[in-house]
Amino acid sequence: MANIISDETIEYVGILAKLKLTKEEQEAAKKDMGRMLDYIDKLNELNTDGVEPMSHVFPVNNVFREDVVIHGNDRENILKNAPEKKDGAFKVPKTVE
Amino acid sequence: MSRQYETIIGLEVHVELATKTKIFCGCSTGFGGAPNTHTCPVCTGMPGSLPVLNRQVVEYALAVGLATNCSINQYCKFDRKNYFYPDNPQNYQISQLYLPICHDGWVEIETEAGKKKIHIHEIHMEEDAGKLMHDEWEDCSLVDYNRSGIPLIEIVSEPDMRSADEVIAYLEKLRLIIQYLGASDCKLQEGSMRADVNLSVRLVGDKELGTRTEMKNLNSFKAIARAIEGEKDRQIEILKDGKKVVQETRRWDDNKESSHAMRSKEDAQDYRYFPDPDLPPVRIDDAWLARVKAMQPELQEEKLKRYEREYQLPLYDARILTGSKHLADIFEETVSFCGKPKEVSNWLMTDAMRLLKEHEKEPEELSFSPKNLAKLIRLLEENVINRTVAKNIFEVIFAEDIDPEKYVEEKGLRVVSDEVALREVIGEILKKNPQSVVDYRAGKQKAMGFVVGQTMRAMKGKADPAVVNELVRELLDK
Amino acid sequence: MKSILDLTALELGSKIKKREIGVIEAAKASLARMEALEPKLNCYVTVDERLTLAQAEKVQRQIDKGELRSPLAGVPVAIKDNLCMEGMPTTCSSHILENFVPTYTAEAVKRLLDAGAVVLGKTNMDEFAMGSTTETSAFGVTKNPWNPEHVPGGSSGGSCAAVAANECFYALGSDTGGSIRQPSSYCGVTGIKPTYGTVSRYGLIAYGSSLDQIGPVGKNVEDCAAVLELIASYDQKDSTSIRQRDLDFTSGLRDDVEKMRIGIPRDYFGEGLDKEVKAAVLKAAEVFREKGALVEEFDLSLVEYAIPAYYVIASAEASSNLSRFDGVKYGFRTKMYEGLHDMYKKSRSEGFGPEVKRRIMLGSFVLSSGYYDAYYLKALRTKALIKKAFDKAFLRYDVILGPTAPSTAPKLGESLSDPLKMYLGDIYTISVNLAGLPGMSVPCGRDSKGLPIGLQLIGDCFKEKHIIRAGYAYECSRSSEQPVLAGENEDIPQRIQGGAGI
Repeated sequence: MANIISDETIEYVGILAKLKLTKEEQEAAKKDMGRMLDYIDKLNELNTDGVEPMSHVFPVNNVFREDVVIHGNDRENILKNAPEKKDGAFKVPKTVE
Repeated sequence: MSRQYETIIGLEVHVELATKTKIFCGCSTGFGGAPNTHTCPVCTGMPGSLPVLNRQVVEYALAVGLATNCSINQYCKFDRKNYFYPDNPQNYQISQLYLPICHDGWVEIETEAGKKKIHIHEIHMEEDAGKLMHDEWEDCSLVDYNRSGIPLIEIVSEPDMRSADEVIAYLEKLRLIIQYLGASDCKLQEGSMRADVNLSVRLVGDKELGTRTEMKNLNSFKAIARAIEGEKDRQIEILKDGKKVVQETRRWDDNKESSHAMRSKEDAQDYRYFPDPDLPPVRIDDAWLARVKAMQPELQEEKLKRYEREYQLPLYDARILTGSKHLADIFEETVSFCGKPKEVSNWLMTDAMRLLKEHEKEPEELSFSPKNLAKLIRLLEENVINRTVAKNIFEVIFAEDIDPEKYVEEKGLRVVSDEVALREVIGEILKKNPQSVVDYRAGKQKAMGFVVGQTMRAMKGKADPAVVNELVRELLDK
Repeated sequence: MKSILDLTALELGSKIKKREIGVIEAAKASLARMEALEPKLNCYVTVDERLTLAQAEKVQRQIDKGELRSPLAGVPVAIKDNLCMEGMPTTCSSHILENFVPTYTAEAVKRLLDAGAVVLGKTNMDEFAMGSTTETSAFGVTKNPWNPEHVPGGSSGGSCAAVAANECFYALGSDTGGSIRQPSSYCGVTGIKPTYGTVSRYGLIAYGSSLDQIGPVGKNVEDCAAVLELIASYDQKDSTSIRQRDLDFTSGLRDDVEKMRIGIPRDYFGEGLDKEVKAAVLKAAEVFREKGALVEEFDLSLVEYAIPAYYVIASAEASSNLSRFDGVKYGFRTKMYEGLHDMYKKSRSEGFGPEVKRRIMLGSFVLSSGYYDAYYLKALRTKALIKKAFDKAFLRYDVILGPTAPSTAPKLGESLSDPLKMYLGDIYTISVNLAGLPGMSVPCGRDSKGLPIGLQLIGDCFKEKHIIRAGYAYECSRSSEQPVLAGENEDIPQRIQGGAGI
């Protein structure tokens, strides 16, 4: 395997992705990611010099809405699925400032 | 003597744009409102919802870019900035990293040290986050997404500023420009203009920049000035101790007049920006640019010159009046109703300013209608009321925006120039103060003043002073 | 005796219109079929019989009043569980959305409802559409109606199996890398992935936003064309929706491929392709040739780069799209936690399954500081080259023909042990998503195990009509040769016969 994924890398990615892996999951993830990256490295065979990265497949530009209010108060619906709520707001663990 | 330190400051200024709706959905941007009453699936990050760009956001961003001498990226895109925080409902913020709409501009500021150009690195469009409220009772936080998705531009300056004075001058300059464009009301207190200060220090003469910190939570010009002083001292202290400044984000506490690091091991500061696949790029053709340029309103400097020329106002007046777009608007509208620019200017510069100061308010908060000021000026000019009464009425206009014509009738404040009535009042006063008559006849002019004063008081200020003077003299001379 | 269930969607629609069959009768027939088969197949995640019947009643009333004119009014449909529907749980087959009930309806679903569709339920899928077998679902695997020891394919496995088993008359699926076409192939049904931007993505819970498209799954090409005509629209709520003039897809239903230029990429017939699949697809190519099409082989190139590019792009977008599932606004929140970040991590780690976590991790990594250029931009450049290769091919061909998948449906449990191998199963479908093209899978026979084989027809952007015409012409030839799968009793898998007779 050309790509060796370290414990630190997996932990770091876990922080970015907000995922907490068990020891076994972490070992599996290291192996999986290493294999996937080896496979993805195949792209390096391709010469892409001077090729513009294509994020949108069609050259569509300037899709706008006009500045007109179309929503009224829909709070009840917005909060309907909240795991916890209070006083018309979503309740979360205390955020530290 | 030891070498001097200099302070290097760059600013990231967030400005909430004055659109009616949010940047990516049709929710109202209205300030206030009960929590989550201005929300929809898009601005609360519901699964399956998609953003659609508000055209007006681009228009405003372009207008600000052009007015600050920026180059425009005629092809610009939105990127996602990924980080987890509850005020950020999608856990990514839609912003612009790779191709911001404007770049490489400048504004000129003037401080006691003279004129100076502050360069703008870029201006980009992005969405605001929601608001977190801390619930002490349950020791939890509550999230309100009313502000989530309100359009912002972030104006990033080059590290061109060297003092708090320059920073304030730069901010005031930006605020004036943006207010004049109508792109935002730029209220620091309400958070529609917010500045983060990037600051480092170095020894004078050094070429390299020192390590910088970023200071957040600055809600007023005063807080900004204090935070700059505090952070400068803190960094110099660290360097003098032979230690190193840590690159970090700090939060200013204006009550304690100190800051603390906002670091957490959970913040990797790796935002994994990538182009947002839900939003096609924006292409601004030359015609669009030309249209925005053509629509650019008169900015402060032009207006100032016009006031001197068109209204023959002294430079001093013109500068103060144009120092706030709102004040200038009130001035012009009032003049359009009643003419008399110098008189209007006097009312605004003396009475309005005095009252603002007393109430600790900004000119932007003036809320009376120009028509009522114009009516007041006309009432005075036509001698329906006298100046003392007018000044009292202005205070009521300032506070409650009343119609002075109605007010004068309701309260019976018309000038009394009815000679018969006045003669009676003066006669009474002379009867009660025989000494005054004696004194007057003995050549003491002061005695007349006394009688006039007593008469005005008895008339509760409503008498026409000229008429009173004439009648008092006549009666005393009898 | 022909059962209601054996009718195609359009046939049923026509009988409903003529008052030969009632809407409620049709819905009840489907529900009975579901009741009989669901314990074996598990095509659906959510079924709400009361809602279905209430809807059926309402639609019948509207038809009686002459308010509904769609050819599919009153026909029961199944909806993939990543399409939001107001009042109906929408889970993406994930624990993290187990209790999520949207308060809004996906545009594509809304268009069906407006046309008088009766929704039978939400179909099972790979969790968040990540998978090729429907085995990554948090709510159990779906089994292939042709042989329940085999997978139905994925990620729209529930939708395709439901159509194959007559548990609905047609279904909606979504396709990010082959998720409509591959399970259609495995289940012996027809599925279309339209040109990117043809169907609004509003209300589709995103996996890879630049690749996702909603499309129809049906018993034949005609049904799919009719459904696509209903769901395709320019939608102002989806900025990537594309305004097209020509959405009249059913006009493409002509049994005429005379002079149609059909290209067969040699690269699609190399190593890894099952012999029986190859033979069936080449036989189908012969049919086109006999019907007067100009069929020739060519080199498409870059085929082997599509999968790595896809996994970078789709995983990157997914890592960002799925970050909103955090236990704050909706969905699952863990019971015990200490502070905000612990709540995030536990809710997500307990709420997502292994395949989803794998892709989120990969996606976060390829976007992370220092790797963005090497992986993400490289993949976007590869995508540009793949698009160019297709553009070049479509200068010479109207339709590209090949297999939908390298093999027929694998056995349950065979794929998950080796993700990379599973990914390779999408080799012929993935590049179509990268290039934004329309693609269709049509049944073209069965292998020696009796499992269906799919023929893939790929068109140029916005040229759905070409593939619809080719697919329809092929289907016409087949029905004269051999009965269409769902229309004849002997072709219905033995185990799953039943349903109401007429």
